[in-house]
Amino acid sequence: MKNRITQFIVFFIFWLALTWPFNLQDVCAGALVSLIAIGLTRDLFPEEMVKFLNPVRVLWAILYFVYLIHYIIIANFDVAYRVIHPALPIHPGIVRVKTSLKSEMARTMLANSITLTPGTLSVDMVGDNYYIHWINIFTDDPEKQRQIIISKFEWMLRRVFE
Amino acid sequence: MSDNVAIGFVLVGVIFDLLGCLGLIRLPDVYNRLQAATKSVTLGTCMILFGIFLEFGFTSGGIKALICALFILFTSPTAAHALARGSHVSGFKLWEGSVMDKLEEDKSKEDKGE
Amino acid sequence: MITVCFILLLIGCFMCLYRIMVGPTPPDRMVAIDIMGILVVGFCALYSIRTGRDFYLYIAITWAILSFVATLALAKFLEGRSFDE
Repeated sequence: MKNRITQFIVFFIFWLALTWPFNLQDVCAGALVSLIAIGLTRDLFPEEMVKFLNPVRVLWAILYFVYLIHYIIIANFDVAYRVIHPALPIHPGIVRVKTSLKSEMARTMLANSITLTPGTLSVDMVGDNYYIHWINIFTDDPEKQRQIIISKFEWMLRRVFE
Repeated sequence: MSDNVAIGFVLVGVIFDLLGCLGLIRLPDVYNRLQAATKSVTLGTCMILFGIFLEFGFTSGGIKALICALFILFTSPTAAHALARGSHVSGFKLWEGSVMDKLEEDKSKEDKGE
Repeated sequence: MITVCFILLLIGCFMCLYRIMVGPTPPDRMVAIDIMGILVVGFCALYSIRTGRDFYLYIAITWAILSFVATLALAKFLEGRSFDE
């Protein structure tokens, strides 16, 4: 039941954003359409969204978003430097990194964040291991790689999802 | 004033887009190209859409620009991950200057184990 | 100023077209197609700021969704799986 309520809230907010200067008619139609959409997408909606009924988690999610944007901007200057430099300073390769996150949605968000941050791209995931394409490998030590690539996101994702 | 800020955002976004496309041409193999292009073009297009939000304000158009920016921010890494995984599964090798390929090593180990 | 933005984005699109035509392997071409889809969203946005109308942004949202689905379909084709899996 809680799952359905979360689903209704998400769909309803999305509808209101799409019909932004809304009046009473739009709100009624939105409620009806959201109910129909819940019936159609009952199995597709991730169960873990229930956690976002807790306002503390929503606050942490917004903080995480700001933190991520800061890293995305750094990543873009990094890419610009590598692309413009005439000698192409790259040492690419695929490394293996082990994560300690348990929740499925947190892992998905971590993979997306890895792709958007400086010099890394998630290629595959088997069990607890991420396989990450890194454009500039400067250390062979797995523990150090772990710290550089994913530790900066893990502590915050744990607050959001676990 | 707000008009100038909006145009500034659009211009910076377009320049990032252009750098991403330059990376698409200059870098040596599909994984490197995917990296440079995905990062730069995602941020560039999101900045263009954010500039439009600043120009239109909280109107019908401005909110739609925000929705579109959020959508691109979430889907573009997913698409990049799917393409990278697909090209590695179907056996396209890394650039010859690459340092290591742990995924390939683990796969061949598994094959020998079976 | 917006005209300059249009010209720069057009140069970017021509770079993608170059990669689509020359690209030595199929994944290279698919990456270029994906990137060009996002660039077209940028084009729609620039049109909406030039004409001051917001219906170009409806096109932008739809184009973003369709280009995402197309890229996922191409990636599945690359992995050699069937579409109903």
